[in-house]
Amino acid sequence: MNPWSSSTEAAAGLCSRFREWRLLGPGLLWTTVFCLLPMVVVLAVSLATRGTYGGVLWEFSLENYRDLLHPLYGRIFGQSLLLAGMTTGICLALGFPLAYYIARLPPRRQALWLIFIMIPFWTNFLVRTYAWIFILRTEGLLNTVLMQLHLISTPLDLLYSNQAVLLGLVYGYLPFMVLPLYAAIERIDPALIEAAWDLYADRWSLFRRVLIPLTKPGIVAGCVLVFIPSLGAYLTPDLLGGARSMMVGNLIQHEYLVARDWPLGSALSIVLMFIVMSSLLWYFHAQSPQTRERGEQ
Amino acid sequence: MRGQGIWLRGISGLGMAFLYLPIIVLVVFSFNASRLSATWQGFSWHWYGVLWHDEALLAAAVNSLWVAVLSTSLVVLLGVPAAMGLERLRGRGRQALDTIFLLPLVLPEVMMGVALLLFFVMIQWPLSLATVVVGHAAFNLPVVIVMVRARLQKLDPRLEEAAHDLGASAWQTFYRVTWPLVRPAVLGAALLAFTISLDDFIVTFFVAGPGATTLPLKVYSMIKSGLSPEINALSSVLVLSSMGLVGLSLAFQRR
Repeated sequence: MNPWSSSTEAAAGLCSRFREWRLLGPGLLWTTVFCLLPMVVVLAVSLATRGTYGGVLWEFSLENYRDLLHPLYGRIFGQSLLLAGMTTGICLALGFPLAYYIARLPPRRQALWLIFIMIPFWTNFLVRTYAWIFILRTEGLLNTVLMQLHLISTPLDLLYSNQAVLLGLVYGYLPFMVLPLYAAIERIDPALIEAAWDLYADRWSLFRRVLIPLTKPGIVAGCVLVFIPSLGAYLTPDLLGGARSMMVGNLIQHEYLVARDWPLGSALSIVLMFIVMSSLLWYFHAQSPQTRERGEQ
Repeated sequence: MRGQGIWLRGISGLGMAFLYLPIIVLVVFSFNASRLSATWQGFSWHWYGVLWHDEALLAAAVNSLWVAVLSTSLVVLLGVPAAMGLERLRGRGRQALDTIFLLPLVLPEVMMGVALLLFFVMIQWPLSLATVVVGHAAFNLPVVIVMVRARLQKLDPRLEEAAHDLGASAWQTFYRVTWPLVRPAVLGAALLAFTISLDDFIVTFFVAGPGATTLPLKVYSMIKSGLSPEINALSSVLVLSSMGLVGLSLAFQRR
């Protein structure tokens, strides 16, 4: 045996490790500087004090988090959670039959339907929200059509309400629900559904005792993918909502750019991020192999 | 399937109509001759002409294209090597790095926007078009990494090993073996990053300096300052261009 061989091998190993890091380095540095570091800054600022004329005084305090307990902020957080939760529920109710239908089509048509589900998702979000303003506003398309049909005599107030925000959110994030649900339903063995029919399951028990347990990871994935962006929504409540439909995203923007209270805005961001991370943890828990096995038993 | 066909087909049709009607209505009414109402007053290309002669709008479009080109080049240059590095990495480090790289994908956009704004202010980097490029490159990096890695995972590792055994250097292996195989995925990812950058409003809204108006910022201010059919025409152009780009991206990924 060559006494050098082991050390050359070690050196080669070190070399190849070095090469991996050389490949990874620039990207890692970029993400660290322009994503991780800004997050750390937000965390730090959330623990600082507001200067008299805006800006940040570096005096440690938990005051910003205590301020969040104010009922006004509680109301906005509660409303955001409610709107995001309702969006998730409606998307699930609408998305499940849609995904089920697609998953039972012949393969070629499945691909076509899936592309059609994805196209709106890749269309400019601002433009899609604007489309609803165009339809819902007082002189908008819907009111015009209804008045011309003499179904109403005065235009309805549809825009600038919580309902309009809800509609906009469902519209924006429905594709996020359909795609993971489709992936989960498509994997179900059709024989299992046949078996349920043969055993005289009615539609409801087929749904509750066969489909739901088998597609649980997909349901959770869809719900998380819809819930997270709905909770942090900014554009939809900003454009479709009224004075009382503010959501957390708008509140954060308001604190930063209008009230110029950066520490409070940062504290709000940290709380928002905490909720997002908790729902992600739930998602990973539901996707883990152990949980899945238990679901399939 | 046992009589539930009609019910299912109905709700699926409604779902699709819900997704598409607003977009179709928007495009149709961009050809409406009327200035004010949502009643149809005849076909006209008028509003597209108005767009074409709007200097501020064209300037915003040029800004948007610059930002998209620069940020996309940046994420490809950073993301492709990072994807290769991640793919080769073994052990615990890999999972931790995965989490770090994917972070921008799961952060709420508003959060990303304010975090970058705060950061730029702290390091006293004046807000401009350059900060927009950096912001877009920050949230698009994981897009490229995810898509390129998906392709790398499908590659046969024996191809690179064979190249090594035949005496190719690391660079030769990359250039002659790996690159031709991942090129379609890289092109697809680049087009997608380009589209996302072109469409982004929220992060841009927070980190754009005065005068650094991009197309979405312009659309936003037009919507806020009162509606006109010009917005419909502009929206239609944006819808069609993103559909075209995404179609192209899908075509590249299929190869």
